[in-house]
Amino acid sequence: MSDFFFQLLLILDSTLRIATPLMLCAMAGIFSERSGIVDISLEGKMLSGAFVAATVAALTGSAWAGLFCAMGAGVFMSLIHGFACITHRGDHVVSGVAINILASGLTVVLGIALFRRGGQTPHLPKEDRFTPIEWIGVSVLDPVPVVGAVYRQLISGHNPLVYGALIAVPVCAFIIYHTRFGLRLRAVGEVPEAVDSAGVSVAWLRYRALIAGGLLCGIAGAYLSIAQGAHFVREMSAGKGYIALAAVIFGNWRPIPAFLACLLFGFLEAWTARLQGTTIWLLQDIPTPLVQAMPYVLTVLLLAGLIGRPRPPAAIGQPYGK
Amino acid sequence: MPGKRTGGGGDAAPLALRLEGISKSFGLVRANRNIDLDVKPGSIHGIIGENGAGKSTLMNIIYGMHRADEGRIHVAGQPVDVRSSADAIACGIGMVHQHFMLVPTFSVLENVMLGTEGGMFLREGRQAARRRIMELSERFSLAVDPDAIVGDLNVGQRQRVEIIKALKGGANVLILDEPTGVLTPQEAEQLFDIIRVLRERGVSVLLITHKLAEIMAITDTVSIMRQGKMAGHRETAQTSPEELAELMVGRKVLLEVDRTPANPGNVRFSASGLGYTNPAGIVELADISFEVRSGEILGVAGVSGNGQTQLMEVLAGMRPLTAGTISILGTEIRADTATSPRRIRILGVGHIPEDRHHHGLVLNFEARENMILGFHDSALTGTGFLMDQSAMSSNCRERMAGFDVRPGNPRLNARSFSGGNQQKMVIAREFSANPGVLLVGQPTRGVDVGAIEFIHKRLLALRDAGCAILLVSVELDEIMSLADRIMVLCAGRNVGIIDAAAADRRTLGLMMAGQRQEGAVA
Repeated sequence: MSDFFFQLLLILDSTLRIATPLMLCAMAGIFSERSGIVDISLEGKMLSGAFVAATVAALTGSAWAGLFCAMGAGVFMSLIHGFACITHRGDHVVSGVAINILASGLTVVLGIALFRRGGQTPHLPKEDRFTPIEWIGVSVLDPVPVVGAVYRQLISGHNPLVYGALIAVPVCAFIIYHTRFGLRLRAVGEVPEAVDSAGVSVAWLRYRALIAGGLLCGIAGAYLSIAQGAHFVREMSAGKGYIALAAVIFGNWRPIPAFLACLLFGFLEAWTARLQGTTIWLLQDIPTPLVQAMPYVLTVLLLAGLIGRPRPPAAIGQPYGK
Repeated sequence: MPGKRTGGGGDAAPLALRLEGISKSFGLVRANRNIDLDVKPGSIHGIIGENGAGKSTLMNIIYGMHRADEGRIHVAGQPVDVRSSADAIACGIGMVHQHFMLVPTFSVLENVMLGTEGGMFLREGRQAARRRIMELSERFSLAVDPDAIVGDLNVGQRQRVEIIKALKGGANVLILDEPTGVLTPQEAEQLFDIIRVLRERGVSVLLITHKLAEIMAITDTVSIMRQGKMAGHRETAQTSPEELAELMVGRKVLLEVDRTPANPGNVRFSASGLGYTNPAGIVELADISFEVRSGEILGVAGVSGNGQTQLMEVLAGMRPLTAGTISILGTEIRADTATSPRRIRILGVGHIPEDRHHHGLVLNFEARENMILGFHDSALTGTGFLMDQSAMSSNCRERMAGFDVRPGNPRLNARSFSGGNQQKMVIAREFSANPGVLLVGQPTRGVDVGAIEFIHKRLLALRDAGCAILLVSVELDEIMSLADRIMVLCAGRNVGIIDAAAADRRTLGLMMAGQRQEGAVA
């Protein structure tokens, strides 16, 4: 029993770490998609963020500088997307794919040009990264059964960006449902004409949504390269942007359900990682790729209407204006 | 009523709205040319014109959605520069668009708040907006529930929400763009009551429409637009529908359909005990029986949404028959007969669908492609594997000329034609197959006066050539002037069939409400 409990705790702990970039990107996706912009470019924005964070941290020796520049990189990529989709009424998917390809190539080219390590950035020492924070009272609570272990493993001991992601979720939910910007954001993705006739600029509103998304994707990227990892590796986002997008759809474009979907997808991945080479619990013989494919399989089932019915913003993907 | 408007020192008060020399071009199209307009405070001013006459462009200029190339706008005597909707709202101009600008997933409250939330957070603004809605709905008798979800409201209620939205900032000038296009006659009546209350409370209403009856019924003054220019201004009391129609079209128009008595022949088309139960198990049509003879028009009247759409679609083969039989030119169709729109068409039935954008045309296809929809395997597209493009073009050009479709360009997308010309394309296609039976749904919805006259003439000519025509329309006047006999539907049932000669609005109105009348044949 205690072994099972310990294994579970480790899986949950790792779930949280895996789900962090998903949550950040999912919130970014909710902002842009709720405004009516299809955001398949989450992946590329995150990757650019990861590269810029690692590069700046390596050059300046400051994780915070890396983080801020990563956010800037995310915003920059978002603005390209916005310029194509909002200003020039381009196709959102084409622009998004272009951004992903651009990020994938550009990070490697710049990486080679700057560091000559085949696209990688130099390994960052501990001081230049975001490292786990030990919460106060861990040693005090440690002897207490269950609570002590949960507190030590699950609650304490993550890096600041994990907590940042966890805070981002309720903040996003609050912004979307309880602020002026949120009301307009929800309206512009449904009936942009209504927003326009109310005297609010559709283009500027969508740009702001994309900027917010860019900031969050930048943080997600920084998490990959200077918090969870210690350097940038080519293609290190590894499809997480797409999984985050699946979580957005799974969560029906709402922050809290999307957050839960991120945790579910994170849990599935943590579970497979744990299962490898171990013989605990049941179902250990399920092939890993199958579990890794689960987020996509679940999303396809959802879209096919087999689990509930997703209701995307009505005006998503449609350019606005004459 | 008219005395009130002209007297009482009306000259001293500044005009609610004054336009001087407004011009606007889109590329080579001169949508508005040197437009002048004066709107008195507390009056209902109509703007009438055919589709494409530039009414909507002018309203969009007043409301800041477009910017005029030339000209000046004065509101309440002050010159204003309206660069955006926000500017217009700040000047006290509100607008209810033809297509509602509402977010269906939002509550009424959220829709009204949008744009004037009153602060970063919604909390405080919500209370204020709720109070404002209550206040406006009391003052202008606009009953709405602030917490209802807009998607659940009916069209009339949505329009009330739109009016509240337009008035929330204290608008003195309210623009209503084709407000009755989507309303039932009863809802339109309610809207007119609201408009009269608005006038009493000092709001100037600009009513944009192409329906002459509305102008005559409710406006104080009227301006007529034609081809982007003002064709004239009139006091409503001193004009007539005939004069307005002439100003709109630029020539004399026959408003009354000139028709000869029908000369009915054999029964070509009939239904007996027809019923339709939808997949959800709801009975939408029950026990409908009628017959249509060669050379006559059977009109189907009813308040919109009482089964007319379902009846048309069942008859056209778009929905399955679930009870009873239909007989088309001698071929019997039962509930268990496998059928399809194609089979029905092959039997000799033409169909002009109610919703031409969804069922009549493919808007992104060229005119010549639309002209062969449903006939794509006939000889005119060629017999081989490939379609004969030049035959399609010449065939299309010929039909466009025959039905006065303008511009007569077969390569233009259906989307770029006006509503009237789109409808003429559908009619041209269906007529040229020479149908023995024709199903016609809302033939003149969203169609301008000149085209209405044309369409009515062609329908009567087809009738006189021996076709059996079933006509569904929400315009009671249209049914009364075209049909030889009238069937009234209420709640998916046949209330009765009466002779058009014996029908008057009152009798039909009672039947539409479900009351059987003497002399009507069930």
